[in-house]
Amino acid sequence: MRLHEYQAKQVFSDAGIPTPASDLAGTVDEAVAAAEEIGYPVAVKAQVHVGGRGKAGGIKLADDESEAREAAEDILGMDLKGYTVDRVLVEEAVDFENELYVGVTMDRGEGKPVAMVSTRGGVNIEEVAEEDPDAIAREHIDPAFGMHPYQARKAVYDAGVDREIARDVASVLTTLYELWDDRDGSDAEINPLMVTADKEVIAADAVFNVDEDALFRQPELQEMEEEGEFAESELDRKADEYGFDYVRLSGNVGIIGNGAGLVMTTLDLVDHYGGEPANFLDVGGGAKADRIANALDMVFSDDNVDSVVFNIFGGITRGDEVARGINQALEQFDEIPKPVVVRLAGTNWEEGMEILNEDLVTVEKTLEDAVQRAVDYAEEVEA
Amino acid sequence: MSVLVDEDSRVIVQGITGGEGKFHTEQMIEYGTNVVAGAVPGKGGQEVAGVPVYDTVAEAAEEEDADTSVVFVPPAFAGDACFEALGVDELDLVVTITEGIPTQDVSRVYRRLQETDAYLVGPNCPGVITPGEAKLGILPGNIFEAGRVGLVSRSGTLTYQVVDSLTQRGIGQSTAIGIGGDPIIGTSFIEALALFEQDSKTDAVVMCGEIGGEDEEEAAEYIDEYMTTPVAGFIAGRTAPPGKRMGHAGAIVSGSGTGTAQSKIDALESAGVPVGDTPEEVVDNVEDLL
Repeated sequence: MRLHEYQAKQVFSDAGIPTPASDLAGTVDEAVAAAEEIGYPVAVKAQVHVGGRGKAGGIKLADDESEAREAAEDILGMDLKGYTVDRVLVEEAVDFENELYVGVTMDRGEGKPVAMVSTRGGVNIEEVAEEDPDAIAREHIDPAFGMHPYQARKAVYDAGVDREIARDVASVLTTLYELWDDRDGSDAEINPLMVTADKEVIAADAVFNVDEDALFRQPELQEMEEEGEFAESELDRKADEYGFDYVRLSGNVGIIGNGAGLVMTTLDLVDHYGGEPANFLDVGGGAKADRIANALDMVFSDDNVDSVVFNIFGGITRGDEVARGINQALEQFDEIPKPVVVRLAGTNWEEGMEILNEDLVTVEKTLEDAVQRAVDYAEEVEA
Repeated sequence: MSVLVDEDSRVIVQGITGGEGKFHTEQMIEYGTNVVAGAVPGKGGQEVAGVPVYDTVAEAAEEEDADTSVVFVPPAFAGDACFEALGVDELDLVVTITEGIPTQDVSRVYRRLQETDAYLVGPNCPGVITPGEAKLGILPGNIFEAGRVGLVSRSGTLTYQVVDSLTQRGIGQSTAIGIGGDPIIGTSFIEALALFEQDSKTDAVVMCGEIGGEDEEEAAEYIDEYMTTPVAGFIAGRTAPPGKRMGHAGAIVSGSGTGTAQSKIDALESAGVPVGDTPEEVVDNVEDLL
């Protein structure tokens, strides 16, 4: 789960990390009023979960009222990589001399947290990591002990941060780690951390991604997630409501299966047989009939889908439940909206095949045949 | 000799009184697994599926002479359950089935694991099975057949798919290990491969990987350098776009292009591992290797 910039800044600011004065706005008038209150120059920033907002026209500077109005008019309602912008953050534009990067994440290879500092802030840090890995100082943290102050200092010195501000940057990093640790962060980043002419450090952008699996013990962040849902697409909202792992893709063959590895394999097979996957949808383990029906509803809701393939290999999931769910979802239609191919294997598959209404679906015995059939159907629709 | 689990394994089920714990304990016993005890705080003195329940893992291990634990504890408490099991010297294998344990909890468990001699399999895994002898976890026993091919996989249902294809072609399995789909797991591909390499009952190994992380690339280096037992590979997620998490917490291609299916396939192929495009092709490759 990713907090919006304005939310992450609130969390950072509450913890004592300096952030610019800012206000959230949902209309042009609100944005102008916020700019007047904060004082010019301001930055008007789209609040959507996409990277590279600046380049895509989602961040604009304004020196006066008319520019603020123009910026807000341009950004509010714009489509940014598939997301409609309906809120902007109006923020004091900070005059800076330098831009740094500080971040904390989980190093999965090492199985432990890592704190990072770089003097090459303000740019895409992944690119820096690729081109010049030594430009980022890294300090691994033993999760049993947490980050010691000396480790924050070491990372800052290793990165070559100016001595005048080293203490303040180390303090920001320590706070960021503590937040990451207390609030179950997966990634916490400040990029850029701006350094002003007066040698003050200010978090000009803020990223805080939370471990979804830990939201149960982070009620405040869970509220923020709900409040931040305004920028989601209808399909994403449905996936959240139904509790599916769902990823929208660009093709036209809808895919439903159980277990991440098997669903990914089904996607790959669709591609292998010359089709294009429309989505990844994992119903998870032990899905009952209602859940299966919801999955079909999701995939049918995507206008790009021309055919659907169901690939279920039951372990915990039972074939009879799956078959009941498919029947339940399809029997409500006078005419099935898109052809559905079903492949059932594993636990109770034979019971499932007996229950399955074969007037409504195409049944295939093997994974390969099922995928091939779904790809053929999709091609017929397109032709 | 077999890998991690056999007919002599004496197994504790942590969380045996829960729905999943109870159901799968019954399934494990039916399969022939020697489940000797359950451990659930506050439920000591009860009995589930004919198995005595203790309040603590230590007590269960001592009273019933156990050497293995399987964890079916809900995510919020599963990290603690792993710590408890790893703190009991008698246990040399802990299999954690639970999905959705907070990553920071797993990171601490992983840290603790380094101080012990035990193996931790998982979390978020289907378990371990030595067909015909014993199974730990939730794998559907009926699709497996005893034989000489080892399996190691990050995905449960993909394991079932490949095992089913192997069995239908008359190729049995020595041991199958589901290592789990989380970003941080206990037993890695390399550790599992090392166990198969030492196992006299395993003539070939199938390794099923997926996008995300660099574990498969590291495994490929290990295979190149140390393995004499032939390995056939499969990588799920070729069609996954960068930045999108595909179900498993670990299955995400990072923005900087590492952890892609192609980089894993390339690494395996240059280590001499044939990588199938489809599960059926993997089985073809296994036939060639045997």
